Amino acid sequence: MKPSFWHRVDRFARDLTPFALTFLLLVINAIPFHIPGFAQVVPLLSLIGIYFWAVYRPDLMPAAAVFLIGILHDFITGLPLGVSALVFLAVQGVAIAQRSFFSGKSFVIVWFGFIIVAAGALLLEWLILSLLSGQFIQPHSAFYQFGLTVALFPVLSWLFTRWQQAFLQVD
Amino acid sequence: MNDRERSISRIAAPIRTFAQRFAYIGLIVTAAALVLVGKMEPAAYERARAQVTDAVAPILDVVSRPVEVVQDMIGEGRTLLDLREENARLRASHDRLMQWQSIARKLETENKALRELLKFDVAPETESVSARVIGDSGGAFARTMILNAGTRAGVSKGQAVITGAGLVGRIQEVGLRSSRLLLLADLNSRIPVVIESSRVRGVVAGTNGETLRLVHLPPDVVAAPGDRLVTSGHGGALPPGLPVGIVSVVSDAGVEVEPFVDPSRLEIVQVLDFGLDGIIEFKSSRSSGKTK
Repeated sequence: MKPSFWHRVDRFARDLTPFALTFLLLVINAIPFHIPGFAQVVPLLSLIGIYFWAVYRPDLMPAAAVFLIGILHDFITGLPLGVSALVFLAVQGVAIAQRSFFSGKSFVIVWFGFIIVAAGALLLEWLILSLLSGQFIQPHSAFYQFGLTVALFPVLSWLFTRWQQAFLQVD
Repeated sequence: MNDRERSISRIAAPIRTFAQRFAYIGLIVTAAALVLVGKMEPAAYERARAQVTDAVAPILDVVSRPVEVVQDMIGEGRTLLDLREENARLRASHDRLMQWQSIARKLETENKALRELLKFDVAPETESVSARVIGDSGGAFARTMILNAGTRAGVSKGQAVITGAGLVGRIQEVGLRSSRLLLLADLNSRIPVVIESSRVRGVVAGTNGETLRLVHLPPDVVAAPGDRLVTSGHGGALPPGLPVGIVSVVSDAGVEVEPFVDPSRLEIVQVLDFGLDGIIEFKSSRSSGKTK
């Protein structure tokens, strides 16, 4: 039986949520919290979104969506255009390539994978930006940012998993 | 699934994988190309960037308000706690400032009289626009903020952004209802300054870290810790005399500057309309190879 029109609309809307949620994280990232020093070390929430969906539901987060998120991230944060898009795509590529390794593994392994991927992502970003600006950028705040991002991964993963169970079950 | 569908998917699956891989590589190449174009032609994305910021600004405006309210409440509580101490401090400061005020009054009349004698041309009147900080760059590598005032409110590129304490940065790009503020700490920030006491010129450069650097000093000049730096007004983009920071450390590695304004707590800022758009002219004349 062919699914009805509304069924398909509903399905489409649900499938769009991984992208929408990641975009939401992007906006949350940009809120000024007025906490001294927090702006520089604010966790890269969208990176968590991109990694999570690449590992668990790559079908719902195509490369084009990741590219778009990266471009928007660059626009909103004021980074040179394309840098975050490049970094996010690299993260997605690595995550998808290692998907078979992650499948069926415990959450701790996935988390561990994220730690490595996030380190690589920030290193790549730092490298590109240092090359672009032609000078050595102080990496201190990137270390803190890395720590916070990695620490927040379980929390967001839990939320994403609940979301997935509630709305994105394959039927 | 019947046999026909299965055989279609057997052919279609590799094609789809190939297409996906192709799209992935294409996007990577596109992103890299965007980075290179942005490097070669820094002004290329300015309009698009301002438009995207404009589109996100209303969302940020709404979501940043509750955060501000909570922040204000916490601040209120903290103020109540050390009210007594604060009061004593303010009394002392009031007495000191009253003395300064009488000195300033005397100097002002004297200055006015001297100007009249010399027929000195006073700098153009500066107007200002107040704006709320609605977005923070949020990242380790860029130090910018989004303000909720754009061209509609009279903000334009290159204008100085200040608080009562001093210079915060300047406007990097403007949309209709939002603008991006490039903080002093950003790697791309360069502010022409003078050392207040010796009137020696230099440039305060952002390092992406907590402190700023004072560069391009004349070779024989030594800055000393405690020297106050104010904008020089060179280049015409910024009004002269805005407080920028204070020299904190002088070492072989260079001169470190402590900015007067800590941008992390900023909520409301003033955008100064100095009446000159020096920075835009400077940039365009540089890119066309002419020097001004």
